[in-house]
Amino acid sequence: MARVALLYFASLRDAAGCEREEVETAAADLAALYAEVAARHGLRWPRERLRVAMDGAFAAWSDPPREGSEVVFIPPVSGG
Amino acid sequence: MGDPRTPLARFELADAPFDIAPLREGLLRDEAGAYASFEGWIRNHNDGRPVGGLYYEAYAALALEEGRRIVEEAVARFAVAGVHCVHRVGELPVGGLAVWVGASAAHRDAAFDACRYVIDQVKARVPIWKHERYTDGPAQWLHPDGPGSPPQPS
Repeated sequence: MARVALLYFASLRDAAGCEREEVETAAADLAALYAEVAARHGLRWPRERLRVAMDGAFAAWSDPPREGSEVVFIPPVSGG
Repeated sequence: MGDPRTPLARFELADAPFDIAPLREGLLRDEAGAYASFEGWIRNHNDGRPVGGLYYEAYAALALEEGRRIVEEAVARFAVAGVHCVHRVGELPVGGLAVWVGASAAHRDAAFDACRYVIDQVKARVPIWKHERYTDGPAQWLHPDGPGSPPQPS
């Protein structure tokens, strides 16, 4: 089990109903973690449309969640 | 002015309106014969809808990191003396300056190219999102369409 902090931005925050939460997860990788979170919050974004970051750097979906890390699922960006 | 061996590469987020003149000044170099800049403004319409203004939200830690990577890429790819980009976060009115890119170089091609590269990459990669307000309905987050059908904003 790893304890991670999840941050939400933009429409993902609206959908999750919070901007930050701490979760205990047994997910083997970040893809599995997203599947857990998406099911719990009813997130409609398919994982293929998102990127994921861990501790302020882009990460791979196959990376395992690190104990004590901050994980962010990143929907398509619209700056500029 | 400046050291020709170390081009400036800087990316910043600004939570308030900023003045362009000192940013341009910061790109002046004795070896630079060209300067190009890009300003992105908030327009009063998008996708056929009347826009009253917008809010930019950033995941700041990663936005700064990815922005820094982009300006460093521009310095590596083009023969520039300096590249600088500032992106607003927070509330912006119609006509507000959302993003500024400036590049100085010995010759104009590199200055234009670096400017174009930075704005294109910033739009595609930096974790900043627009919450657009309309004068004819509720505001919404914008997430550009990629492959496949996007979920409706909830």
